[in-house]
Amino acid sequence: MFKSAAELVKLAEDQQKKISDIMIEQEQEVTGKSYEEIIELMGKNLDVMEQAVERGLKGVHSLSGLTGGDAVLLQQYIQKGNTLSGPLLLDAVSKAVATNEVNAAMGTICATPTAGSAGVVPGTLFAVQEKLKPTREEKIHFLFTAGAFGYIVANNASISGAAGGCQAEVGSASGMAAAAITEMAGGTPAQCAEAMAITLKNMLGLVCDPVAGLVEVPCVKRNAMGAANAMVAADMALAGVTSRIPCDEVIDAMYKIGQTMPSALRETAGGGLAATPTGRKLEAKIYGTPLQSRD
Amino acid sequence: MEAVLSINKIKGGGVVKYKSVFDIIGPIMIGPSSSHTAGAARIGRVARSLFGREPQWAVISFYGSFAETFKGHATDVAIVGGLLDFDTFDERIKDAINIAKEHGIDIQFVKEKSVPVHPNTAKVRIGDDQSEMELVGISIGGGKIEITELNGFELKLTGHHPAILVVHEDRSGAIATVSNELAKHNINIGHMQVSRKGIGEMALMTIEVDQMIDDEVLDEIRRLPHITQVVRVAD
Repeated sequence: MFKSAAELVKLAEDQQKKISDIMIEQEQEVTGKSYEEIIELMGKNLDVMEQAVERGLKGVHSLSGLTGGDAVLLQQYIQKGNTLSGPLLLDAVSKAVATNEVNAAMGTICATPTAGSAGVVPGTLFAVQEKLKPTREEKIHFLFTAGAFGYIVANNASISGAAGGCQAEVGSASGMAAAAITEMAGGTPAQCAEAMAITLKNMLGLVCDPVAGLVEVPCVKRNAMGAANAMVAADMALAGVTSRIPCDEVIDAMYKIGQTMPSALRETAGGGLAATPTGRKLEAKIYGTPLQSRD
Repeated sequence: MEAVLSINKIKGGGVVKYKSVFDIIGPIMIGPSSSHTAGAARIGRVARSLFGREPQWAVISFYGSFAETFKGHATDVAIVGGLLDFDTFDERIKDAINIAKEHGIDIQFVKEKSVPVHPNTAKVRIGDDQSEMELVGISIGGGKIEITELNGFELKLTGHHPAILVVHEDRSGAIATVSNELAKHNINIGHMQVSRKGIGEMALMTIEVDQMIDDEVLDEIRRLPHITQVVRVAD
């Protein structure tokens, strides 16, 4: 069993396999399930992700009214053909937003690795598929590559916002997505780990500060930027750029930062954006309670 | 907090909390939060399974991040969904509190101020005319949960291995049949705790094993003589 990114990359290199193959083989060992069963199970997750993106692109709104409709705005903007950062990147952003808008509206999603960070992996997958034209099996493999890196983070650090802040959720999701994009685009296992490291480095210290405790503001836009971050980091890794700090050490740094993060910034709505005057006003309006300071 | 987080370390200790890739990619669930919605639903559902029937009343206490944000994350709705035996992806979760009202279940929520060991902690007390039960669960991220207390007894789980709870009648041979069943499936018991101070005259086995246990094996254990209920408390 691999326990670190270094071990995972070495296993893949030694056996001349992809990261996704190593993850599938390990899953077979741990659960005793067959290759076909495991692929089918992941296929169900893929289907749920696809349905969530489709639903979000049609436009959904949360009960609180804080989020919804931005995925539609982005798609309309892309259609006009004048984007600055390019249609593929914005497509990933809009599909990440679509997923999280559905999540905020209590729709059905697949946690990757969590619900609050569920947009990044499918957002990037369903955008790059337009360019790379993967088969269904290759799309399923994308999820195993993402899962392999998420597995390392979850077991060495944390994927919980309450324990490690947003860096542990959207940070992890973005790193997972970057690694999976890199593999799908033909990158080596080592480049997958570089993409993960580059992405996570740029999400270190990100706090979990949801307004009114809702998984909406800023969560939806953090998924948007997480998707953009993952796309750019994958391109950097594919270009041959490497991280001076190895992937495992970046994950360890994330873990230690999470441990020293004050409780107010770990999913308690006690600080950060949640504690801004507007954040508190929105909270009071949503719950119909008087404005109060919780500091 | 440190104590709990340090369990997550696998370096040197060889501790792996998340064993399956589907702990990371998954579960399929109703939003908005894997820890505060899906995890809460799972805690409620374990309570329901252990109780064995729909309760007539429930007192649910939230601690830490759960206490601060349960409304925003629909933690209250989800945990009641679990008490109604809904899975994480069951669309009915959204209406769980109304459904519970229709069923005549009396539900109270308590926002606790004390600082828990884990930030996402819930205590669920449920009951009816015949008996009552109390359990404490934590939601550790990505929808994974652990049950830490049952009827005031700390479950001495290391948290490193899959674990099941077996509620059984206090009869000779009950423990042997369960361990035989596990052996039949090549499942090795790493740690086992037996308590007679279970529910009424019931007894309780807490079993930690080295392998993941399939639903089919749990079903087989459930069918053994003197076994009342079997629930997975960590996987």
